[in-house]
Parts: sequence; C-alpha cells; structure tokens
Amino acid sequence: MKRVRSSLLILCLCLPGWVQAALTIEITQGVEGAVPIAVVPFGGSAGMPEDIAAIIAADLARSGRFEPLPERDLIGRPTDAGQVRFQDWRMLGSENLVIGNVETLGPDQYRIEFRLFDIFRGRQIAGYSLPASRDRLRYVAHKISDIIYEKLTGQPGAFATRIAYVISDTANGAKKYQLQLADSDGYNPRTLLTSEQPLMSPSWSPDGRRLAYVSFEKRRASIFVQDVVSGQRELLASFEGINGAPSWSPDGHSMALTLSRDGNPEIYSLNLSNKQLRRLTSGPAIDTEPVWSPDGRSIVFTSDRGGGPQLYRMSVQGGPAKRLTFEGSYNASADFAPDGKSLALVHGAGGNYRIAVLELDTGLLRLLSEGPLDESPSFAPNGSMIIFATESGRRGVLAAVSSDGRFRQRLSLSEGNVREPVWSPQE
Amino acid sequence: MKTLKLLAVALVIGWLSGCSSTGGKDGVSVEDRGTAAGAGSEGATSEGVSGYGDLSIEALNDPDSPLSQRVIYFAFDSSDIAEQDRALVAAHANFLAANPDVVVSLEGHTDERGAREYNIGLGDHRAQSVRRMLEVQGAAPAQISTVSYGEEKPAVEGHDESAWSMNRRVELVYVGY
Repeated sequence: MKRVRSSLLILCLCLPGWVQAALTIEITQGVEGAVPIAVVPFGGSAGMPEDIAAIIAADLARSGRFEPLPERDLIGRPTDAGQVRFQDWRMLGSENLVIGNVETLGPDQYRIEFRLFDIFRGRQIAGYSLPASRDRLRYVAHKISDIIYEKLTGQPGAFATRIAYVISDTANGAKKYQLQLADSDGYNPRTLLTSEQPLMSPSWSPDGRRLAYVSFEKRRASIFVQDVVSGQRELLASFEGINGAPSWSPDGHSMALTLSRDGNPEIYSLNLSNKQLRRLTSGPAIDTEPVWSPDGRSIVFTSDRGGGPQLYRMSVQGGPAKRLTFEGSYNASADFAPDGKSLALVHGAGGNYRIAVLELDTGLLRLLSEGPLDESPSFAPNGSMIIFATESGRRGVLAAVSSDGRFRQRLSLSEGNVREPVWSPQE
Repeated sequence: MKTLKLLAVALVIGWLSGCSSTGGKDGVSVEDRGTAAGAGSEGATSEGVSGYGDLSIEALNDPDSPLSQRVIYFAFDSSDIAEQDRALVAAHANFLAANPDVVVSLEGHTDERGAREYNIGLGDHRAQSVRRMLEVQGAAPAQISTVSYGEEKPAVEGHDESAWSMNRRVELVYVGY
C-alpha cells in the first residue's frame, strides 16, 4: 500500500497536502421486503482499526436485498457457534445471523473468522477463516459480504469491487480534473491523475488492473492506459482529432475506440499487442461509444446515422449494423449487463435524460431513473446494480439503482462534481 | 522575419481593403508575389465580401471588426451553421486567406445533455462544419486544426436553455494572438 501511494504521488502534479474526500452513500429509496439479517459485532474487535461487522452490515444494506437489524435490537452478542440460542433470534424475525471473531496474530496481522446461520433451520450455512493485514481489513470484510450475499441470494456479491470516476472542481478560479478510484462503498479514494484539462471516459481492463481514459492534457484528446497499482501509464492513441471512448474487449487483447483521423468520428478496433488498427464503421454519421458484448462477438455503439443518436449492434469485424433502439429521440452510452442479455443506456425523451435498461431479446425498454440529466450508466459486475451520474443540488453526484429499479442510493462528495462512474470487474 | 512577414501581410491587406471598399460583390482574386518578404509563392486567394474590408492582424483585436466575434452557436444536436452566422464565418475565411501564416484552432463544444462521448462526436462535427466553410471560402487546410471538447468545457455553468444555448458552440482560437 505504501508503494501505491508513493507512485501515485509522482503522477499528482498537484497541491501539497491535498485531502481526498470520500464518497458518502445515502440510501434514497429502500425496498419493501428486504430480508432482515442480524450481524453481531465480532469478538476481539476492541481496538481494531476497522469494525468488520459494521462494514458487512453496511454492505448488505447497500445491496437493497437485506435489512440488517439495528445494533441496539441485537438480543445477544455471541461470538462462537456454541453461544447462539436460535430460539431467541427467531423472536426477532431475523432470518439469518452473522457472527465472527478477530484474532490478532502480530503487528498489523489478523485472522478473521465468521459464521453465517439460518436461524429458522438452526444450522450453519457458511463458515470461513480469512487472514488479513491491516490495510486489507476492509477488503476482507467486503469479501465476507460477498460470500454471505452469494450464499443467501445465489448470485455472486460485488462488494469487494471498486469504482473509478472523474471529479471536476474549481479551485482559485482554476479548473481541476481528477481521475479517482474508490472501494464500492466509497472508502479509500485514491487519485490516479490530476489535470487542469478535462479527463473522461475511464474504462476498466477485464482483469481490473488497468484503466484506459481520455486526457486533454496536451490540449487535444489522447487515450492513455494506466496501471492502477504502479501508476505507470502508456500513451495508446493520439491521432489528429478525436481519440475517445476506449472500451476493452472481454479477452483484454483489443480495444475499441473512436477516432476522427479520417475526417469523421468512426469506431476502430486496436490490437493491443501489435497496435494494428482496424476501422469498423464508415459514413458521414457520428459513430462512437463502442462496448463489447460479454461473449466478445459483437459491438454495440451510438450512431446518429438515422438522424438522432440511437444504439446499433455490429460484428466485431465491422460490417452491417442493426438498430436496437426505437423508442425516444435519444438513446446512447450503452453498457452491457454481465450476462449479455440487456443494456443500460441513456434515454432522452421530451428533454428528459434518464437511465434505462433495454432487454435485447424482447426490445423492452424499462426506465430506472427520474432524470433530468442522468448519464454514464455502468453495471456492477454481478448485474445487480447500475451506477450512473446525475445532478443533485446543482452538483454532479453519483447514484446507483438496482437493476429492477426498486432500490436507489446516492453517492456524493462534500464538494466538487463527480461523474462518469465505472464499476470494476470482479477481482 | 516575423516583422517582415507582418509587413508583407499588411501590404496585401492594404490592397484588399481598397478592393472591398469598392463594394464589389464579385470574388476578388489577390495574388501576392511575395517579393517583399517571401511570404509565400502561392500567394493568397480571397473572395471579397462587402463590409469586411479590414483584414489586418490588428483587426483581430478591434472590437468593431467582425473578427472580434469568434464564437458560432448551434441548435441542439445540430452541426449546421445558421444562416445569420455565415457572413461571420466568411469574414474569418477571408482573414485566413489574406494571412496565410495565421493558424486557427476550431474548438467544438456541446451543452451538457446526453452522452459525453456522443457529445465529443457532435462537437467534432460542429468544428468540421466550420472548417469546411472556411476552406470553401479560401482558408488553407493547413491553417486549421480542430479539437472537440464535447460538454467538458462549458462557457456558462448552468442547467437551463439559457446556459445550454451559450455552450453549443465552436470557438475560433487564433493561435498566438
């Protein structure tokens, strides 16, 4: 962790003593029928730098699927299986119970043990023991949340993931743009790049180790790829005109991007090992915002070839494209659901821009947000939530909505505008 | 050298001003032999436009010159140059044609609505519209570069049409002036 910080400092050309503000998450719409769960404070946690049980409870609450009992309602503080009296817990109406222990192994070294119980059946569903260094405590807590979520819902969790986003603010009359990375609960924000010129369009490599993004630091658009651990970066594209909309292929070998070097915004595929470019679109229209289908066979993109911006799908080799969206005057900025069956997108109609999901087999469009200026949707790697950028109190904030639209939360900074969130892949 | 070039440019412009002050609507072709300072053997070609006679470098900083207007505005999701802005673009084209050493950067912008990368494409289309019109009217391709900032650099902060209409624009940035 120390190593990360020092390499990041090299990249931050900025501001001595810059304090990184964390994203604050606020649940704005709960779900009726979230499943009650009891998460008991872990034994041995006195004096610990992190409260493991509190992190787990907050994760489960943020998913919208669970409703952790308030700590004051917990009727006991069992820390091992022998102390659990199921009949007592049944009275609380909680279906599941999480208990655990933290053992301090040495300086900054811990072992975390937890157990998940089905209260009504009176049996253990899961029990694991995980080692953790001090700087990995939050990560291990999120991993435990992932295990609990998967055991109880049948779907993988997405708590031990990260979000990259762009912040802009004005300090002493000068604009400042930052590319940041934070845990999916908003903690541990780290700045990857600071610039006086716009930064945009972060895109994760499939292994979650690198980010591609667009930087105007040379007073023109360039695409860079940056290693998020070492901070080292590589200039990938800096042609005349647009260098934008980078999107990694699922196998990590290619990148789709938008260039206007031939005079018009077109989509290209760049082979990352031999740097060969292949042009995939042609014609006078704006073709941009390519995203790969999870099976790696097709690319969905935005084009105004039909008059206004709409989504189209083509083969990764280019060729004819099929129009996917017909409802509304404006559909753009697609992101594939991890199962490839639906797309999140920006849907504009009547001057209102909202996040919607398009079911690809039926063509059904479901609106998930209220607008009026929502943009940049990005699926969680388990498909459960979509994070996007919106406005609140005249500032740019992030919001997340469950993919069924029933559960919502807002992620905001104490100052500055935050936008273009992209959820990392599963690690 | 720069002074010499400016002198040559000023000489040509002096003549141009004379021509256009006659108010002729026909295109006026100007050949700069370039003997004074070798300002270019190709010479400059310009179509005279009535009323835009003063094409000196100084005109860039003259608030009464049309060249002081360096922003062209657009309708939502459109890259068409409005009828009323065509004379303005023509004035800049004439200026560039008369001053072949001057280069301009066309910065395309959009309002904040919709998708960011699509807006980069739209800003590019707007800049290309202005580029085409400048070139048709005599500016050389090498004098023009374009960059699209999409919605990333609004001229006016705000979330309503009054701000948006000021942000859908192409800015002509004369490099070095």
